[in-house]
Amino acid sequence: MRHIISVLMENEAGALSRVSGLFSARGYNIESLTVAATEDPTLSRMTLVTRGSDRIIEQITKQLNKLVDVVKLIDLAESEHIERELMMIKVRAAGDARDEAKRLADIFRGRIIDATPESFVIEVTGESSKLDALIHVFDESSIIEVVRSGPTGILRGQKGLHV
Amino acid sequence: MELNGAEIVIRSLKDEGVEYIFGYPGGAVLHIYDALFQQKHVKHILVRHEQGATHSADGYARATGKPGVVLVTSGPGATNAITGIATAYLDSIPLVIISGQVPSPVIGSDAFQEVDTVGITRPCVKHNFLVKDVSKIAETIKKAFHVATTGRPGPVVVDIPKDITDPKIKVAYKYPRKVSMRSYNPAEKGHKGQIKKAIEMILGARKPMIYSGGGVVLGNAAKQLTEFTRLLNYPITNTLMGLGAYPATDEQFVGMLGMHGTYEANMAMHGCDVLIAIGARFDDRVTGILSDFCPDAKIVHIDVDPASISKNVFVDIPIVGEVKPVLTDMIDLISKGSKRPDKKALESWWELINSWRSVNCLEYERSNKVIKPQFVIEQLYEITGGDAFVTSDVGQHQMWAAQYYKFTQPRRWINSGGLGTMGFGLPAAIGVKIGHPDADVVCVTGEASIQMCLQELSTALQYNTPVKIINLNNRYMGMVRQWQEFSYDKRYSHSYVDALPDFVKLAESYGHVGMLIDKPEDVRGALEQALEMKDRTVFLDFITDQTENVYPMIEAGKAHNDMRLAPGTIGNRELA
Repeated sequence: MRHIISVLMENEAGALSRVSGLFSARGYNIESLTVAATEDPTLSRMTLVTRGSDRIIEQITKQLNKLVDVVKLIDLAESEHIERELMMIKVRAAGDARDEAKRLADIFRGRIIDATPESFVIEVTGESSKLDALIHVFDESSIIEVVRSGPTGILRGQKGLHV
Repeated sequence: MELNGAEIVIRSLKDEGVEYIFGYPGGAVLHIYDALFQQKHVKHILVRHEQGATHSADGYARATGKPGVVLVTSGPGATNAITGIATAYLDSIPLVIISGQVPSPVIGSDAFQEVDTVGITRPCVKHNFLVKDVSKIAETIKKAFHVATTGRPGPVVVDIPKDITDPKIKVAYKYPRKVSMRSYNPAEKGHKGQIKKAIEMILGARKPMIYSGGGVVLGNAAKQLTEFTRLLNYPITNTLMGLGAYPATDEQFVGMLGMHGTYEANMAMHGCDVLIAIGARFDDRVTGILSDFCPDAKIVHIDVDPASISKNVFVDIPIVGEVKPVLTDMIDLISKGSKRPDKKALESWWELINSWRSVNCLEYERSNKVIKPQFVIEQLYEITGGDAFVTSDVGQHQMWAAQYYKFTQPRRWINSGGLGTMGFGLPAAIGVKIGHPDADVVCVTGEASIQMCLQELSTALQYNTPVKIINLNNRYMGMVRQWQEFSYDKRYSHSYVDALPDFVKLAESYGHVGMLIDKPEDVRGALEQALEMKDRTVFLDFITDQTENVYPMIEAGKAHNDMRLAPGTIGNRELA
């Protein structure tokens, strides 16, 4: 099953490599990993998406917790949560394709944030599956470049992950 | 008080209560060595190779319960230390390793003797630090000791760039008395509810088994383990790392378990209905094939490291906490409660165990022509009365020492169980002797292992650490040869050591006493003579049976009840 794990870590050099090193050393899957500082500059928040049986996910959370720099973590998949990913997709937009690209961007509530006579860059945010869907509606040959942030997530309601 | 970085390093060690450090100088730590030279509190043991430094500090830590401290330079100093760091990591030994680093401005430029020590040690340390500011040295060293010695212990590396120890830069020094880290809060006491549930299950057992490991030794809980076990009258087995936590001479002790465990310990594991795992981690050398591990048992697991619980084997009742307080609570609750184990069920369980015991699986073919390695260990045990500190290297001799030396106290048996590091024994013995100068310290080794850290014979002379080296010399890498005999149709690929040195002359050239023993009738006399030479390191080269094997053996992929027993022993004949 797919899990999305949010980790609060001390914002120290090498924090990211402790996590990525753990995943490679123990042979865990890692689908995506994003990290940035929080409102508290001494803390980084990392979101990672992984897959595995319940036993493997239990081990992953235990091993992450065991890292001395990890302050707290939560498996968002266990609770009601919101998940978002940002994608920028650069597509060919010349001639007939220009209107079509604009229409597709609108359908997906995307915004065109850069344009040349030949191309658009569309920014779109949503769950990963929505971004997948947008990629699929474009003809493969019309896509110049895709860049995705990887999913991040937050709990619904009043509760939050903090120190 | 204002001190420079190098002085702060040494002063912090002193204020931490460190008596000895094991190290080797080099460019990046010269400032620190200069500060070391100008004081008398922290004593430095100069090793001959950084691997030796980590193993010596490790042996010191295992034997005394205090953290071992290592000082090495950047680059090759740090990489040479890695094997020892990984050895300590796999056995959860508290070490603090201070490594020099190239000056901060040139980090990342492939400078002379530069290696990314924090990066290269990351997978084999509990934690590591790179110090970037002189004013952070004391606090970082305090944190390193705190992390290394609390919770599940382990090695911690503190990497210090040379400019941070610059004698010209002085800052205010204060060693923190305590340190708290919001991201690091290891469990101490166990959860009361879980403990109660566990006791219920433990007292309801009809075929119980206690399986305890190195965590009991590290957690200084041998006394509590013994009390708990006697209170219940349950059978107990120890892992290789747990030997000595329960007296091996006691009737309730069924021997070590696992790949070379006793018949009775492994059969009892296979047959038990409640398994009580205490400070043990279900290592593959202990469990055999997982799909057939303790097939009928409910499992209680006490461990300070939550990640050890249900890692390899699913556990029914986990208790996260230090072994000592958890066992203390358990003893208290059982004593106060009215429920007692089912006496009748226990009697018939003991009957079954004693029938397995009567197989006498450690019996071996005696000889008056060739020295049997088991015989040497038996004699050593008798002469020392089980009271010596015994270190070992890795291989057959290690297993024989574990099987035939009956440890009755914790911290007496010192071996590389997890990583299986050949070369560990001699430097570890030196560390033990430094921690316990008046004790008998013996290193049981083989002619292959001893050559992996042989240079430390020189350290042993310089610091007058008279240890006795028992070399079980069979001219083979015995354990490799045994596997090749059993699993590779006797194709002894590169396990024969041609061109061995004359160990007697070698020992003498290092300034020690060398003895060659090749007749069984000389074994006892030689051991007695060596142990009487209290102030000399003695190298006893025992020429042993070349093709002796370690039995019993659970071969890879097999279960606890599928053991290969020694040919010709009573047990084997009866079972056939």
